Amino acid sequence: MKKAFPILTVLTALLLAYAFYEAIWIAPMERTMGDVQRIFYYHVPSAWTAFLLFFVNLVASVIYLVRTNARADAVAVVSAEVGVVFCTVVLVTGPIWARPVWGIWWTWDIRLTTTLVLWLIYVSYLVLRRFSDSSQTPKLAAVLAIFGALDVPLVYFSIWFFRTQHPQPVIGGGGSIDPRMLHVLLINWLAFSCLALLIGWARYRLEWLQREVEEAQALESLLGDHGSSPPAASAKHPLDKSHGTVGSQ
Amino acid sequence: MSSLRSITLATLTKDIRLEWRSKDAINSMLFFSLLVVVIFSFSFDPNAEESRQIAGGLIWVAFLFAAVVALNQTWARELRNQVLDAYRVSPAPANALFMAKVLGNFILVSLLEALMAPLFMIFYNLRALGPAWQLIPVALLGTWALVVNGTFFAAMSLRTRSREIMLPLLLFPISIPAVQSMVEATRIILTGDGAARFWIVLLLTYDVVFTTACLALFETVLQAE
Repeated sequence: MKKAFPILTVLTALLLAYAFYEAIWIAPMERTMGDVQRIFYYHVPSAWTAFLLFFVNLVASVIYLVRTNARADAVAVVSAEVGVVFCTVVLVTGPIWARPVWGIWWTWDIRLTTTLVLWLIYVSYLVLRRFSDSSQTPKLAAVLAIFGALDVPLVYFSIWFFRTQHPQPVIGGGGSIDPRMLHVLLINWLAFSCLALLIGWARYRLEWLQREVEEAQALESLLGDHGSSPPAASAKHPLDKSHGTVGSQ
Repeated sequence: MSSLRSITLATLTKDIRLEWRSKDAINSMLFFSLLVVVIFSFSFDPNAEESRQIAGGLIWVAFLFAAVVALNQTWARELRNQVLDAYRVSPAPANALFMAKVLGNFILVSLLEALMAPLFMIFYNLRALGPAWQLIPVALLGTWALVVNGTFFAAMSLRTRSREIMLPLLLFPISIPAVQSMVEATRIILTGDGAARFWIVLLLTYDVVFTTACLALFETVLQAE
């Protein structure tokens, strides 16, 4: 597995370079919007990647609640963090595009608002993880992730009705897309997914090492206090006991 | 089932009796929302014809902020003398405790709304142009939406540092669709512009979904220590 990491790094770098080349030079110029439209190749893949990561977070949270598996929790942390980063990219590139095309930075459109609320929910998820220092943080965070997932369809519905009541400048939905543009879009999405996987992987290893260090420190201070021989359980991998005994108790 | 009801009732009466004797939560909520109303009326001209348009938002934002004051105190009381720990080891169902707390907060916040709504009407010179009776289901469902999640997240933020700050940070993002429904329904009823039925149904859906989720997951949160 460790050998695969540099391979993925090189692959991601190549894919990103190729996707950049395609997006800037190869993709046809959009007739009305011009070059501004090219931000689309970064905006949309980031959005798809962010949503995918939030979905991974939900699945990992449910697995954690059912199985109390520490690895599932680590996946949940990582996917939420990387997801928030990609979601931020979406929320930043959107207005940059919207300003010259729509003439406004922001509109309370259904997709914009839902993405913003999703971002808010996941920021509150990360804040909870940061502020909670008991060993039960993973459990509370997993519960919050489920609440967030339940909330998203309701947000979507409420904005949908709100906006159908009050007509607004809405993105031209359902338009057809040039196949060459679609091709570039998909390459970019692949590159961004690889990037997300790469960052997520690095972050996962970091998270895991950090937990091992904390566990070792806790064990050490425990042994230092009593001065007795190490307990038999320490021979096993401390984190595989699947009981959330991560961190200082 | 009967034990669930009797434990809920016992905890609820205990909480109401405590609140009746101290009147801590209700007094601070009343004064707090009064302050919000006054500050709002300096920020937005209440005599303008548009006040009807924004009054729904103002009312509910004031109640949301005031409810957080009460919600933060919900569990703090049980931490003293390790009452919550005792509850955790007792065979009483966790959901009975949760329902008692939710009902207690519901009664408290509804009381606040009943007292503050007339004041709002006076300050903002409001009169419902739509069917006024619909404000009652909106208020009841909206209050329940705030209180059920608020009580749940208050229990969650017990385990965190600076828990008083934590509750709104967790509660507000999740409450966005509920707040929007309450505000829109109130605005529609006050201006008489359209029908509020969709928003009431959405509120009801929100209540059903999150009450179910809270009841399903509260035991996990209570035992997380």
